[in-house]
Amino acid sequence: MDKEHPKHLALHLIKLPLPGFVSILHRISGLLLFFALPLLLLMLQYSLRSIETYTQLMAMLAHPLAKLTLLGLLWAFLHHFCAGLRYLAIDLHYVRDLAQARNSSKAVLATSLLLTVLLGVMLW
Amino acid sequence: MVSRVVTGAHYGLRDWLIQRVTAALMAAYSVALAGYLLLQPRLDYDVWTGLFSGQPMRTFTLLFLLSVFYHAWIGVRDIVMDYVKPAGVRLAIHVLVILISLLYAIWSVQILWGM
Repeated sequence: MDKEHPKHLALHLIKLPLPGFVSILHRISGLLLFFALPLLLLMLQYSLRSIETYTQLMAMLAHPLAKLTLLGLLWAFLHHFCAGLRYLAIDLHYVRDLAQARNSSKAVLATSLLLTVLLGVMLW
Repeated sequence: MVSRVVTGAHYGLRDWLIQRVTAALMAAYSVALAGYLLLQPRLDYDVWTGLFSGQPMRTFTLLFLLSVFYHAWIGVRDIVMDYVKPAGVRLAIHVLVILISLLYAIWSVQILWGM
């Protein structure tokens, strides 16, 4: 095989296939959750330490901006969760061809968005 | 030829497997916790702290959090290995993430047993 291929990649014409889109969102959502870890641990601490800190936390979380942040993190968690289950299914050879790869990608995107809306409505 | 670098992967199944085992554990814990919370008729401070008052719940929560930190470390390391090429910068990020994860682990124990 040739080692040196000339590459002419038209980046503006290349479209990421759906499984690739789910994959990059898996990374982005995972990184988002990693960066949110100190915030989430702080929230756990405030919620458990005393009734005063609990009340304080609830007041802070009532702010629309806080709710929006939590909703974003909820989506990140749910997408990472669903896409992760898809990868486990792929590891176990449940996804065999391109059609299944595309359909399961659609299912991951749809389920995580739907659950985000559903849980978001339930919590507020 | 494989060129092994200290900031590279461990060229084995271990991390791949740990990432999946921790994922399964976190999934089980999250679904159980979410199910329990959604089934509560009312959710206030007493119910919330009552849930975390027993040793088994604290132990499983710590196990969940340690899984989160280990899983996150593997994921962040994979991302860093893909996008950050200079070995020095990689090493600095790796050390930082490992130290932060250890601090998170200590903090988690303080949160769960210091309430």
